[in-house]
Amino acid sequence: MSDDHTHPGLQHDVPLPGRAKRAVAIHRLLVSKSIVGPDEVRETIDRAGRRTPADGARVVARAWTDPAFKTRLMDDPRSAVFELGYRLSRDAGLAVVENTDRVHHLVVCTLCSCYPTAMLGQPPDWYKSFAYRQRAVVEPRAVMREFGLHLDEDVAVRVVDSTADLRYLVLPRRPNGSEGMPEAELAELVTRDSMIGVGQARNPA
Amino acid sequence: MPSAHDRGGLPSREPIDQTSHEWADWEHLVNAMMGVLRRHGLINVDELRRGIEAMTPAEYESSSYYERWSASIEHILVEKGVLSTEEITAATREIDAEWG
Repeated sequence: MSDDHTHPGLQHDVPLPGRAKRAVAIHRLLVSKSIVGPDEVRETIDRAGRRTPADGARVVARAWTDPAFKTRLMDDPRSAVFELGYRLSRDAGLAVVENTDRVHHLVVCTLCSCYPTAMLGQPPDWYKSFAYRQRAVVEPRAVMREFGLHLDEDVAVRVVDSTADLRYLVLPRRPNGSEGMPEAELAELVTRDSMIGVGQARNPA
Repeated sequence: MPSAHDRGGLPSREPIDQTSHEWADWEHLVNAMMGVLRRHGLINVDELRRGIEAMTPAEYESSSYYERWSASIEHILVEKGVLSTEEITAATREIDAEWG
């Protein structure tokens, strides 16, 4: 079709749900009325795809190696991540919560799916699932066990519930045995799940 | 009674399904279109949420994530007079005709 480039989302060979078709129709109308530019959606898709958990991992690794940066990150996340080149949208605040050997944070969004996408990219499907949203606030330890995370009973668990105005990034515990590792290698130990709180950072090989 | 979107603490014994699906093109489209509409000042995040939260519980629970977004984007754009339900329906029919 001649206008495929202006209408990403066309999959002629796959039956689409009604709401999907209506979204494609809405996009087509917005473009034909010049309310949005023909390439804006495509460009936005490309840009969104460039954000991954590696971005959050860079921030965590810097916080592990630079105590002054960590202090700034906890106090004013927006300015601190800007030092590393990340510009957060003005719509939503970011809070960083630190996991220690005494307290462990788990992030959920019970109302929807709010997530620090600027730092982690798109949330995994399970983060948006009814089961996770319903259970995380009631039985966080059981939920974490399903992800393979078994916390000692003397570690306090704090569940933080995100909103459209405030999203959370977990600063995971730095793994034992990682002393002296360079920042770039440390970043590879930082998993997406450890920055949501359903996991820990990996141990060094 | 809380609205359908307010899931925290609702009883569930369902295990967390940790598999991820590959996004269909239309899901990328809906996600990105919302970003574009936001930048143009046509729908903000709170309005998107209001549109989602206005869905009936049956509609909310039977829709996939981006089907909810699609429903909300339509609701808010029509409410603001940016597009009409009739022209969206007509454009949807055109797509049906083109794709068979």
